[in-house]
Amino acid sequence: MADNSFDAIIIGGGPGGYVAAIRGAQLGLKVCVVEKQHLGGICLNWGCIPTKALLRTAEIFHNMKHAEDYGLSAKTVSFDLKKVVERSRGVSAQLSQGVGYLLKKNKVTVIDGEAKLNGPGKVTVSKDGKALPSLSAKHVIVASGARPRALPGIEPDGKLVWTYFEALVPDKMPKKLLVIGSGAIGIEFASFYRTMGAEVTVVEVLPQILPAEDAEIAALACKQFEKQGITVITSAKVTKLNKSKTSVVAMVEDDKGKSAEIKVDRVISAVGVVGNIENIGLETTKAKTDRGCIVVDEFSRTAEPGLYAIGDVAGPPMLAHKAEHEGVICIEKIAGLSPHPMNKGQIPGCTYCHPQIASVGLTEAKAKEQGFEVKVGRFPFLANGKAIALGEPDGLVKTIFDKKTGQLLGAHMVGAEVTELIQGFVVAMGLETTEEELMHTIFPHPTLSEMMHESVLDAFGRAIHI
Amino acid sequence: MPIQILMPALSPTMTEGKIAKWLKKEGDAVESGDVLAEIETDKATMEVEAVDEGTLGKIVVAEGTEGVPVNQVIALILEDGEDASALDGAAEAPAPAAKPAPTPVAEPAPAPATPVAPSAPTATETRIIASPLAGRIIASPLARRIATERGIDLAAINGSGPKGRIVKSDVESAAPGAVSSAAPAATPPVASLNVGDPLLGTMPELEAVPNSSMRKVIAQRLTESAREVPHFNISMDVEIDTLLDTRKRLNANEGGDFKISVNDFIIKACALALLRIPAANASYTEEATLLYKRADISVAVAIDGGLITPVVRDAANKGLAAISGEIKTLAGRAKAGQLQPEEYQGGTFTISNLGMFGVKSFTSIINPPQGAILSVGAGEQRAIVKSGALSIATVMSLSLAVDHRCIDGATAAAFIKELKGILEEPLQFML
Repeated sequence: MADNSFDAIIIGGGPGGYVAAIRGAQLGLKVCVVEKQHLGGICLNWGCIPTKALLRTAEIFHNMKHAEDYGLSAKTVSFDLKKVVERSRGVSAQLSQGVGYLLKKNKVTVIDGEAKLNGPGKVTVSKDGKALPSLSAKHVIVASGARPRALPGIEPDGKLVWTYFEALVPDKMPKKLLVIGSGAIGIEFASFYRTMGAEVTVVEVLPQILPAEDAEIAALACKQFEKQGITVITSAKVTKLNKSKTSVVAMVEDDKGKSAEIKVDRVISAVGVVGNIENIGLETTKAKTDRGCIVVDEFSRTAEPGLYAIGDVAGPPMLAHKAEHEGVICIEKIAGLSPHPMNKGQIPGCTYCHPQIASVGLTEAKAKEQGFEVKVGRFPFLANGKAIALGEPDGLVKTIFDKKTGQLLGAHMVGAEVTELIQGFVVAMGLETTEEELMHTIFPHPTLSEMMHESVLDAFGRAIHI
Repeated sequence: MPIQILMPALSPTMTEGKIAKWLKKEGDAVESGDVLAEIETDKATMEVEAVDEGTLGKIVVAEGTEGVPVNQVIALILEDGEDASALDGAAEAPAPAAKPAPTPVAEPAPAPATPVAPSAPTATETRIIASPLAGRIIASPLARRIATERGIDLAAINGSGPKGRIVKSDVESAAPGAVSSAAPAATPPVASLNVGDPLLGTMPELEAVPNSSMRKVIAQRLTESAREVPHFNISMDVEIDTLLDTRKRLNANEGGDFKISVNDFIIKACALALLRIPAANASYTEEATLLYKRADISVAVAIDGGLITPVVRDAANKGLAAISGEIKTLAGRAKAGQLQPEEYQGGTFTISNLGMFGVKSFTSIINPPQGAILSVGAGEQRAIVKSGALSIATVMSLSLAVDHRCIDGATAAAFIKELKGILEEPLQFML
């Protein structure tokens, strides 16, 4: 009989769970991960990774269609949707296997099954309705993730009304597509399907698409999307979906109460995600929940001693990198180290539409709201040599500084490859640099990163190339 | 013989330290300015630079050794032409004592950021400099900037970041006590200040001026000194007619680009007297009385909202014109709030002069960790009795307050007598 007692049991093998497990193993803990479906979680199997695979296809497709701009000829460009999806699934499968390998290498016990808390320190596991041996541990970490939110009247049905699960594996290209919600998930799908040829309408309830982003950046992105042919309707909501056999008529109501009908083949509901707090036996513990998430402190501790929650189920921002970081902090605390609590003000966000959007820290509006007197720098892609050479002249790098201290409060970017650039500002912020260190930093030429430098310079009236 | 590298004292209170790291290996060539080692104290990590050239012959105290007493030989440098055989016995510390050091415990430097004076009198002069730039405080750039703006001393803050790095939140939550004395703090006036004392209710109309960081530091340090340090005061009158005459003749020097003040004479005279009576150039610590081998004179300068004491280093070895010029620059920078910490920290003795206000005599509160402070009154014509006859002389009253824990009454008297002698016979400035 296997020994079923561990130092830590982690429920869920997503980015929060498996990273915590590996870190725990590194620290000499005996760790077990219980995963009911795929190692790597939503991120790796149904989120971040497979969408990036699809968007890469869209990017190459877009470039091929614009081959002439680069002196190339690619006359009949077309795609095989089945192969596009296969590639995306293949990427996920490969990485999921990789996670399995990493856990094995670190001697983490992985149990394929559905875990349920059964009072403090106890976890029961079942697979396909059959009970597996129960587990016990001094520390149990819930990393059960989140799932798509379903709004009344527009509940996904998996056929005509999709969530990201279905949107990732389309059997055929919809001619007309409605995307409800313009957060990162909605916009990425809108961008993919539009590039692949669908007529796409995005409906956002707030006055701005990408509501979490800086207004100026979101407005620039919106302009690009509209130029690509995406219809963007803001300050409006979908109140009802009338489904026929092969199409859907959506009732869209604006903030003045005016209604309009939009007929589409498919609808993607991307109105956010909610934590998986049900059916995990949370009621057998003292843990508290709030708005669909488990309430935790800065070290991910719940109200039940020895019970922790990390990642999406522990509250926003629901991002894989937040979950990973939280997992490390949580398990290090368990192992008796003194990790620093996460600074949630420095979690970067990336959206991989075309053009890409990336940001960290406060938006200009938020900075002012918090009473900062700000200095704002801007530098357009149009003035950057590498951007022109790439044929990507649309975009902006915006930086926001506290006028008084020179603290970098926020950085916001739209344009090619900005998701790879933002980390420079994240490091700067984390190290608490001021504008001076950034100005003294040498940025390689020719790169897009030079725009980061110029944006900083511009905030202090010193930009060179504009 | 090989040059001895001694454990330097990086602050007046430092009695021992840890060799954090050797940056040179035995056999490495050493040039002046090379960083030899990193020394860790309870407060900071500092670099030890070589002043001499040669080859690092022997590391006497291994890396990682804690509790190495100040002045212990930590390494030997072979000069050109010397071979390893010269190392034998050379590491015995302190080196063949020409004069018996009471306890080889502390070789104080006036401040963390000042060059450390040589100590053990060896045949070969040993010099170590704790580089001013090397007083490494690990802090984020933002934390540094905010600290500078608010006049907060980073050295007094415990960092919460990785490896004790000081970050913004540490500075923002810093206790008021962590304020440096250089702080020309711009505290905005507070409209309604809760002054807290019910007795104030009976007072006439008043304006509550919020305490600036400088005011708080002054209050804290003077209170501490008055409470902790047993002050012992003596005074003496000095006739300065000869000095005034000398001053006049010097200043009348055509082409002389200086205007020497009486105070400049006093600075130099004090420095000379301190070197002659070394027991008066002292600081008291729990473990040892620290006797400074150089006289660095702090001069109290009144500035907006308080006072600050820029330091004339090694005033005994500077000419009057040099001292005069230095004081002029320092005072100007002090009034402009531009003094750097190394310019106002670390004197060994303070002079406070209120003569320009016509004050006849007064006593001052010692500025710890210094052991003495001189109060200078106005030079005025007074009737004096000499050989039974009444005559007129220009007389200045000097009062000396000493820390009675480390400076005895006789020492204080010997010092002020020496000082009087120098001031009354300015030819002594030539010596």
